Amino acid sequence: MTGVQNYFDQLFFVALPYVALFTFFLMTVARYRARSFTYSSLSSQFLENDQHFWALVPFHYGIIGVITGHIVAFLIPRQVLLWNSKPLRLYVLELTALVFGMLSLIGLLGAMWRRSRVSKVKRVTSRRDWVLLHLLLLQIATGVYIAVLHPWGSSWFAASAAPYLWSILKLNPDLTYIAAMPFAVKLHIVNAYVLIGLFPFTRLVHVLVIPNPYLWRKPQVVRWYRPAPRGSAS
Amino acid sequence: MNVRSQISMVFHLDKCIGCHTCSIACKNIWTDRKGAEYMWWNNVETKPGTGFPTAWEDQEKYKGGWDAGEGELRLRSTSKPKTVFNIFHNPHMPTMDDYYEPWTYDYKALFDAPEGPDQPTARPISMVTGQPMDIEAGPNWDDDLGGSPVYAENDRNLEGLTPDQRRQLFAVERLVFFYFPRICNHCLNPACVAACPSGALYKRGEDGIVLVDQNRCRAWRACIAACPYKKVFFNWFTGKSEKCILCFPRLETGQAPACFHSCVGRIRYLGVLLYDAERIAEVAKRPNEELVEAHRSLVLDPFDPEVIAAAHRNGIHPSVIEAAQKSPVYQFVKVWKIALPPHIEYRTLPMLFYVPPMAPVMAGLEGGMVNHVSDNLFHDIDESRVPMKFLASLFGAGHEASVRYALRKQKAVRWHRRALTVGDVEPAVAERMLREADSSAEEAEAIYKLTSLCSFEERFVIPPAHREEAIEMMRDPLEHKQGVGFGFLSGPRRSA
Repeated sequence: MTGVQNYFDQLFFVALPYVALFTFFLMTVARYRARSFTYSSLSSQFLENDQHFWALVPFHYGIIGVITGHIVAFLIPRQVLLWNSKPLRLYVLELTALVFGMLSLIGLLGAMWRRSRVSKVKRVTSRRDWVLLHLLLLQIATGVYIAVLHPWGSSWFAASAAPYLWSILKLNPDLTYIAAMPFAVKLHIVNAYVLIGLFPFTRLVHVLVIPNPYLWRKPQVVRWYRPAPRGSAS
Repeated sequence: MNVRSQISMVFHLDKCIGCHTCSIACKNIWTDRKGAEYMWWNNVETKPGTGFPTAWEDQEKYKGGWDAGEGELRLRSTSKPKTVFNIFHNPHMPTMDDYYEPWTYDYKALFDAPEGPDQPTARPISMVTGQPMDIEAGPNWDDDLGGSPVYAENDRNLEGLTPDQRRQLFAVERLVFFYFPRICNHCLNPACVAACPSGALYKRGEDGIVLVDQNRCRAWRACIAACPYKKVFFNWFTGKSEKCILCFPRLETGQAPACFHSCVGRIRYLGVLLYDAERIAEVAKRPNEELVEAHRSLVLDPFDPEVIAAAHRNGIHPSVIEAAQKSPVYQFVKVWKIALPPHIEYRTLPMLFYVPPMAPVMAGLEGGMVNHVSDNLFHDIDESRVPMKFLASLFGAGHEASVRYALRKQKAVRWHRRALTVGDVEPAVAERMLREADSSAEEAEAIYKLTSLCSFEERFVIPPAHREEAIEMMRDPLEHKQGVGFGFLSGPRRSA
């Protein structure tokens, strides 16, 4: 391993993740506290409805599937490897992952097409949105590329990437697992850190917004300025 | 009994001249902003007509309001599981095309255009894209187009009419229309509140005003689909929902809302109603033909000692109860029963009531001519040029009884006043008319006074908001006085 490469590995796989994670936690909370008004995605469905459906629905369901896969392999790598010990089960898992990846890729391309072509939607797309969209495209494109050209990722992610990520979280970075990874994989990892670091500065914050009280609350909401009368919480 | 107070409204449609002053007053104060250009929290529609947004009463398309199938109230547009499943794309969301694309004009061209053989023109410029555009629709695009085959004929309320009635309605000699001003109804069972996944929409406990918390709104857009009156709007620039706030900053300082204050025809009344919150769910589930009556039964008598005691127990201030006793809305809705809720079949229990229009008074058609003889001035209401069925669809959930009652009483009042002032009607006849309309000379006088001679203070009986008491519980009012009033410290602009 050359000295220069070692230097870059240290920068991208040891320093960057901590910078990204630190920024993520600090600024996500800070933005919520300072400007909760901006804590959502700026929906453009009101301005254009049809392409919105065909782009945004596949993109979101695809990306949710993909991220869930990453998290599962990160949390329970051993069980994933066990599942993959039978070839048929491995093929099913890999194919499912690829389908989700393709869904998100197609959806994202659709969304970018829509944002560049529909004049009203273009109007509500900021420069920051474009930076984010291109980073996401890079992330999903490298992901799909890896899934196709470096197969059985579900196995080698569990065997190599998961231990590396754990070593980061345990504050004891260990690069041995990923030093020999192909360029596309390294790009995918670095870009992921960039996205995590930019998360609180972009519309990505809407990921954290879930209809939490809604699923459990009564249909009607009443707010009182004076204490609410007894027996009328809503 | 769970007594609550609600600031309620009555619009007297016979007095509305369709001048749109209310809309302009509202626009100037609240929606003259980027992203809100297309919004009309207050708008005036021509009926028959398709309204704003186009054909908003078509719930097959918009899926607004509640359904009471199988004895259970359900939102037509969404449910808890559906909200999760459709979270990335709201399937019943109207788009800007259903309203209109706001525009301005390139006025500069009028000054800058080089000298030439033609007059320079100011082209329309989209207020969304900033590009030249073709105007296809506007906020009151079907204004006064009562007989038009494009707009009036597509009014959903004409569905119950026979083909013959329809033909008559659109015959040139019988053409008729009236105005239908609309604001948020500040419902008792608001669909917009029930649909909001963020809990950003809420009803104020003290006065029943329905508001959107801008800091909690997360742009799920569920309220816009759920409101059957299409009175929650999406601000495309801030990505938040907005709606009529009943000018609560004005109300809290004792002023009438801008649209009420500016009303040229003085058609608007505002006052407190006390109601029983315990029975809301039960009433909202009633079959269509019982809804108007059941809704009215929610309104409590503010003179009843039991109601007053229950109101005290719920912390309703004595001054608010006093306002409820003087409320013109209580008279129109509960005592005289001549003000009716719009489209009660949507089951949101609106708290804005309409006095259905009698106009035009002359109906007779003989040999293709409208009859101008004075003995036909106050015709049989069933022969009105506005078919009873049409009004019933708007104000009676399709059932005529409550509308007929309201119109008969109004007609009797006219006969009564005619007998008094012109004298070409026998007093005995007028008295019989009143009796038949379940009224009396005293009541007719009261209706006449509050309809025709009403002063500003009689039309708007605004209860004190007593916000100072609410503040006192949280902080020193003097300190509060110096520390509030700035609202957002940064503009609603957003880049991400």
